Amino acid sequence: MNSPLLALAGYFALLSLFAIGGANAAIPEFHRIAVDVMHWISDRQFADMFAIAQMSPGPNVIIVTLIGYHVAGLAGAAVATAAMIGPSCFLAYGATRVWDRFKEARWRIAIQAGLVPVSLGLISASAFVLARAADHNAVAGLITATTAAVAFATRVNPLWLFAAGGVLGLTGWL
Amino acid sequence: MTDSSPPSSVVASRPTLIDILRAFAGVSVSGFGGALPWARRMIVDRRQWMTAEEFNEAFALSQFLPGPNTVNFAIVFGARFGGAAGAVMALVGLMGPPLIIITALAVLYDRYGDAGTLNHILAGIAASAAGLLIAMVVKMVAPLFKRVDWPPAVAIVAFVCVALIRWPLPLVFLGLAPVSVAIAWVKLK
Repeated sequence: MNSPLLALAGYFALLSLFAIGGANAAIPEFHRIAVDVMHWISDRQFADMFAIAQMSPGPNVIIVTLIGYHVAGLAGAAVATAAMIGPSCFLAYGATRVWDRFKEARWRIAIQAGLVPVSLGLISASAFVLARAADHNAVAGLITATTAAVAFATRVNPLWLFAAGGVLGLTGWL
Repeated sequence: MTDSSPPSSVVASRPTLIDILRAFAGVSVSGFGGALPWARRMIVDRRQWMTAEEFNEAFALSQFLPGPNTVNFAIVFGARFGGAAGAVMALVGLMGPPLIIITALAVLYDRYGDAGTLNHILAGIAASAAGLLIAMVVKMVAPLFKRVDWPPAVAIVAFVCVALIRWPLPLVFLGLAPVSVAIAWVKLK
């Protein structure tokens, strides 16, 4: 019962079904399990893995792949990833079918109308929290503000803005 | 800007299965700092497969479901336009390329540990990524604030609870969503 693969599968499958609010909202819970409960990795390793997950492309949930790899190699990476996204994927698929079938139902319209503003408030909060975490000083704040303005007003590919941000970071002003 | 049919209010076409796979693979490899802004840019601004409102609704559904939001969104989008096959295509597109990249990074990290000057570059990219998310959020939220009504009030309460008071997000969601849905139910004629 103390096989690391089983532990990875169990914890992440459970989290998959309880992580309301997405991967960023589940970060504290990932930390609690991987560092405090299971002692798989240290605090510093967790911070490193979060940064790597952030900088690499794709959904941020990919941090579980890194944790899984550290615990049990390639098999660990595969098990952790599948456990984290599998259960919620099946649920999402089922929910979509039900959702689209009852397009005209009053309860469905009310739930949708009620959820949209909550969801928009939450995503606004994510942007706020992320900006506060990234903007340690005025230069970083300026990069954030400039990127926001350019991305809002133009259709420039955001990768150019990231490249500019990365080059400015290289100067050591941040 | 009220009824002059801006591009974001017109659906141009339906994506095929291959479209779905390629679109989400494209989103996933460019999605630094979260894939959502890139998904919205591709689906609403560029390909116009969904209107701004449809995107918000699909996103609200994927946020309300447990699990990673972007993965849920891929499933919701894929299932809507291509059934089970569409959902699989979207998932493979979204997760395939990043998994290959992250596995390579995991091997490198285990071998070499620290990334040195990379931290400086990362700090700059993180600041830019925050700006990109802000721009997307402003675009998503703007239609809500066109009229003074209950939805903007609900959005502000959610923002204040999570961003300023720092209450746990699941708690805020479970507390606020029923209230908001109840208001919507009463207001429905």
